[in-house]
Amino acid sequence: MISLDSRIPSGPVEQKWSKAKFDLKLVNPANKRKYKVIVVGSGLAGGAAAATLAELGYDVACFCFQDSPRRAHSIAAQGGINAAKNYQNDGDSIHRLFYDTVKGGDFRAREANVHRLAEVSVDIIDQCAAMGVPFAREYGGTLANRSFGGAQVSRTFYARGQTGQQLLLGVYAALSRQIGSGKVKMFPRTEMLDVVVDNGRAVGIVARDLVTGEIKSHSAHAVILATGGYGNVFYLSTNAKGCNVTATYRAHKKGAGFANPCFTQIHPTCIPVSGDFQSKLTLMSESLRNDGRVWVPKTKADIGKRPSEIAADSRDYYLERKYPSFGNLSPRDIASRAAKEQCDDGRGVGPGGRGVYLDFADAIKRDGENTIREKYGNLFEMYERITGENPYRVPMRIYPAVHYTMGGLWVDYNLQSSIPGLFCLGEANFSDHGANRLGASALMQGLADGYFIINYTLGNYLAGLNAQKDLVDAKGAAFSDVESSVKTKLDKLLGIGGKRSVDSFHKELGNIMWENCGMARSKDSLEHALQVIPKLREQFWSDVSVLGGKDTFNQSLEKAGRVADFLEFGELMCKDALVREESCGGHFRVEHQTPDGEAKRDDEKFCHAAVWEYVEGSEPVRHVEPLVFENVKLATRSYK
Amino acid sequence: MSDLLDLTLHVWRQPNPKTPGKLVTYKVQGVSTHASFLEMLDILNEQLNAKGEEPVAFDHDCREGICGTCSLMINGRPHGGQRATTTCQLHMRVFRNNDEIWIEPWRAAAFPVIKDLCVDRTAFDRVIAAGGFITANAGSAPDANDVLVPKESADRAMDAAACIGCGACVAACPNGSAMLFVAAKLAHLHHLPQGQSEKEHRTKSMVGVMDAAGFGNCSNHYECEAACPKQIPRDVMALTNRDYAKAAFIHRDRETKSDGAG
Repeated sequence: MISLDSRIPSGPVEQKWSKAKFDLKLVNPANKRKYKVIVVGSGLAGGAAAATLAELGYDVACFCFQDSPRRAHSIAAQGGINAAKNYQNDGDSIHRLFYDTVKGGDFRAREANVHRLAEVSVDIIDQCAAMGVPFAREYGGTLANRSFGGAQVSRTFYARGQTGQQLLLGVYAALSRQIGSGKVKMFPRTEMLDVVVDNGRAVGIVARDLVTGEIKSHSAHAVILATGGYGNVFYLSTNAKGCNVTATYRAHKKGAGFANPCFTQIHPTCIPVSGDFQSKLTLMSESLRNDGRVWVPKTKADIGKRPSEIAADSRDYYLERKYPSFGNLSPRDIASRAAKEQCDDGRGVGPGGRGVYLDFADAIKRDGENTIREKYGNLFEMYERITGENPYRVPMRIYPAVHYTMGGLWVDYNLQSSIPGLFCLGEANFSDHGANRLGASALMQGLADGYFIINYTLGNYLAGLNAQKDLVDAKGAAFSDVESSVKTKLDKLLGIGGKRSVDSFHKELGNIMWENCGMARSKDSLEHALQVIPKLREQFWSDVSVLGGKDTFNQSLEKAGRVADFLEFGELMCKDALVREESCGGHFRVEHQTPDGEAKRDDEKFCHAAVWEYVEGSEPVRHVEPLVFENVKLATRSYK
Repeated sequence: MSDLLDLTLHVWRQPNPKTPGKLVTYKVQGVSTHASFLEMLDILNEQLNAKGEEPVAFDHDCREGICGTCSLMINGRPHGGQRATTTCQLHMRVFRNNDEIWIEPWRAAAFPVIKDLCVDRTAFDRVIAAGGFITANAGSAPDANDVLVPKESADRAMDAAACIGCGACVAACPNGSAMLFVAAKLAHLHHLPQGQSEKEHRTKSMVGVMDAAGFGNCSNHYECEAACPKQIPRDVMALTNRDYAKAAFIHRDRETKSDGAG
């Protein structure tokens, strides 16, 4: 039975983090170098954690499957990063960012964690500016801001349409400094394949060198997973091709609780699918909704006409109509569902009728093409490269796509999973975004966890360990057992010798997930998915074809292992979605909606995080962590 | 509307760094013009897999032109030669039916081939680790608006910071020089006030590691600028040459002096 003590400090919410920082035990500066820490993942959360812990003096090893830590998928975030600086003098505060995030998450996140996130948000901007992140500036040299969905203040800091890239390159620079000075040992092109648990404590990992194929054990006093989200369970998503659930799912199988796996975010503004060859979907930043207006034709008769032929009064600017106070900047879950609604109504545009217009004509008329180019030029170019259409002349066509996963490994206030010594940061954990994440908050959370939280909370754990006695020998039985099970699984994958490619299974799973556990879910659809996924998994293990060897660079083998995990994890998602008989944020159960089609929460029954425990050979067990709202009153979310 | 292409591909196959590679010819048929170049390779790999042949290894990840993982010399040009476009963003609508396409890995001494089309670019990471950063431990920063950065400087820093570290500049250069990559990072940091205090050491250190990593010298062909998918301007290299000359005069290697405290 897993323990779900959230370890939330006592006292008023605005004093909890200060209290925790004083109460958490410290490791003496001279002793820090005696503690080994493994960080898996080199994105904003993992890279920042590795760099920061090395700055403090810990002995750090960092792993990533990419060829360089600079490639982590944080790099693809476009629009910006939130912080409660109130530089715009427009009424922002830590409390307002806290409030917006709790409300934006549809009251399914922990208040204490969210408040801490809002508090450290201001430090993040200072830190990034000092490290040379080239944020956008006003002519006077101060920092510029813009607005994002779900907020009525301008608190988003940005670096053109490449904010994630610039923040990640800042993290990479800090990490590189530690690598150069020998404080971090970096393992690129190395994939964690299992976590090693000994006497109830995480003591290291088993990883595969993706170039040589060598399986190797790595021992440490603590293991930090910062391995991102699981959106690729849908095959088509805005995630990078390599993004996967393997690290967190395998940790889950070793005893880490998995919280709210059904909470996935569908981003409203992505380039629509263009054919069955499609390998990924590309996001068009939410920041575009600052100036772009979303519409579809009012009547089906106008479908098929060129947008310029449809008069203004024949257009339905449905977000402005339905949500007048937030308009085009309504939160992501709401904007996505609204787009689906229009297309389901037969008023979608483009091939297959799965698209809506994002139109810049009014903004170009108002501000001039140059201003729009300066703000979004790279995004417009990207759109044109992919679609062959010029968005300065014709409106963009967009459609929702899977983008982010709010669920993740359950962690306590100290970001420790239900396995002592195993910590989880960034998108990989479940803690801060509830059932829906607001735009520009993923970057904030990754950096908060990595730069300003784990440095305190990890020390508290390590202070309770003996540096010598509590380092488990990587050549001992605890590791060799895991090594052999990892090798057996790889051999099994290579030995099936079936006919179907790994990708064909992944596509089929993705389609099942999208149709049955996507933007709208029902009892029927979820039960159907739970019928067909185990069959597909069985077929995978009898008919997949993985060519090449294991002692060599083998991309098919890498993919096969990840898809095998998705085939189990997808089932867990559907189970979670089936039990949660309510609609909240990105989780929309068609049985639970208001008369005008909005999500209908059930706070009586579901005001909790659902935490799944893996049980070998049997059904997973669902535990709950009740959520208590003392500062933000539970209310129906309204953006009208 | 979508048209379908039949193509002849000549793809570099090399099982490992020690075995010599060769170009192997494949046919792919019915490729949509809306597909990306990498999706066309996915189609090829599905075909190969179905025939029991090992798929072609190629590096890729984000497929939206920002992570810098994808590479490929396509018909002799890095990323295929379309202006400001990475291979993953190159779409098949720029090709014609019955085209022949030659696909090779980056060719540079400092980027050894790992397998097929994948190369080892860790030399870039070593260059950055030598000085491509501003020393600012987490927690030590002043308020972000305490240091004003003129918009012009921030914009020029951003122009240079847009580099994705893909290595096209090295692959395009007849000398295999990494000058554009190194100068882009130096220019990013040196356009900002925060980057000034370590300027000389940074310049010497990064250029030193670049030379030691086996990259060639820059002889001003500017092929790098033409190939760069992020259009890093060549004037960053002029800035670096100036900074390097200055650093050579005024910078002496760091000595650690104890302040005798305690």
